[in-house]
Amino acid sequence: MKAIRAEFPIFDAQGSPFHYLDNAATSQLCAPAAHALHAFETTARANVKRGVHKLADAATVAFDDARATMAAFVGAASPEEVIFTSGTTMSINMAARCLTPRLREGDEILLSELEHHSDIVPWQMAAQARGARVRAIPVTSDGRLDLEALPDLVGPRTRIVAVTHLSNVSGAVSDLSVIRAAAPEAIMLVDGAQRAAHGPIDVRAIGCDLYALSSHKMFGPTGAGMLWGRMDLLESLPPFLGGGEMIREVRIDGTRYADPPHRFEAGTPPIGAVLGMAAAARWLQSRDRRVLHDHEMRLTGRILDGLATLPGIRLVGPQGLQGRAGIVAFEVEDVHAHDVCQMLDGNGVALRGGHHCAQPLMRALGLVATARASLAPYNDDDDIDALIEGVGKVIERLR
Amino acid sequence: MNDLYDDALVALAKAKDGAGRLDAPDGTASVDNPLCGDRVTIDVTLDGARVDGFAQKARGCILTQAAAGMIARHAHGLDAGDIEALRARVRDFLSSAGDGADWPEMALFEPVRTVRSRHDCVLIAFDALLEATRKARDERA
Repeated sequence: MKAIRAEFPIFDAQGSPFHYLDNAATSQLCAPAAHALHAFETTARANVKRGVHKLADAATVAFDDARATMAAFVGAASPEEVIFTSGTTMSINMAARCLTPRLREGDEILLSELEHHSDIVPWQMAAQARGARVRAIPVTSDGRLDLEALPDLVGPRTRIVAVTHLSNVSGAVSDLSVIRAAAPEAIMLVDGAQRAAHGPIDVRAIGCDLYALSSHKMFGPTGAGMLWGRMDLLESLPPFLGGGEMIREVRIDGTRYADPPHRFEAGTPPIGAVLGMAAAARWLQSRDRRVLHDHEMRLTGRILDGLATLPGIRLVGPQGLQGRAGIVAFEVEDVHAHDVCQMLDGNGVALRGGHHCAQPLMRALGLVATARASLAPYNDDDDIDALIEGVGKVIERLR
Repeated sequence: MNDLYDDALVALAKAKDGAGRLDAPDGTASVDNPLCGDRVTIDVTLDGARVDGFAQKARGCILTQAAAGMIARHAHGLDAGDIEALRARVRDFLSSAGDGADWPEMALFEPVRTVRSRHDCVLIAFDALLEATRKARDERA
């Protein structure tokens, strides 16, 4: 894994000690993505789908290639099913806004208590606009979806289901096939923000209708993301924003809109960031994902085992390695999560502390805030040693 | 491990001065820190326009608890105008300008200056005190 670490410029820049375990918030930028972003902005910058000069044409070709790359990355049927956005939040807001007119009073939107606020608030806004109701799949005490509750939550008024693929707090992987089977008629959106860096994605195998992800959580630049949608669904949806690029013809008395995906891409897109995201996707696809997974699980096991040796630790999430990814949230008894994170920062260990934009989950588990360590392929045993040693010192000092 | 956690600051937080609730407050306010979901609740009673009785419940980090404890030691006799001015001085102090409140514990918070994301951990207790005192004052008016 040392070779992988060498492909991330941040480690040279930061020096030592630098134990970056906040990948669920933002992962580091891989060199190919940095190169793609920099090369576009400094040597090949032009707008896309507009000019006919050589530079504009080259940018358009690169942008179309990026769309094809991202389509392959999620197993889409065609590149036209990929809409570029600024990130998962924008993707879900786009989906919610475009689906709002379909909702009727009394319709239901099914979410889960595991969701990030980005997969809750847009749906609440949609429900509020149409008199619909938001319901939520509860969680088990170990931070998994309680799928036994599904039969009571899904009914004839369930129009939309929006669930996470992988919890940004508990690290639990959702069993999407069970949810899909329980609500076959509903439009199903999957929040894949965390999943993109932790395992392959196959939207057709999942059977979902919409899938959202962010570049910056999968080793690409900030400011880009995507919404995948089944083409027949996208074709039936109204635009999200109005502006250039999303039109077929504009007259003073009305506009005819472009076909997907351009219908949903008003204005100049974040071209450099999108090219960087595609470079990051190619970088991930060029790796043996099984090797990456095994490495992540081995380190996750070390975190779980190490924390288990310390007094006053409560794990928030699955206790074992089954059905989880390398995201480990924990609470230190009588010590606030921000104090844990601040003290560890003094040892060069970067963690996230807080509610992780998942306050309903915190409330369901009787928590206010947790510390969280989240892994990426460049993490190594030194990072885990520093984490466990640091948490031990926090306990000695503050508990 | 970190300069922020001086022994005296930790002791101030753990002393939990003024911890609890008042049975019959003239004003109560809860202020949340959106970063982490922490909450400070402050109850006050007034003598005229000035704080007479005080209680605080700080569900938060060491900094939040220490700030609430420091306020508990010095809130008596302050009116809303004093508190508003104090809050501004503490905010400026955290931004490396000025001496903050004229209280001996203030110096313990000096290391917080270098960590912008933790400034609100200190300030929310002042926000809660100001809101509670204003509510109490307005209730009487």
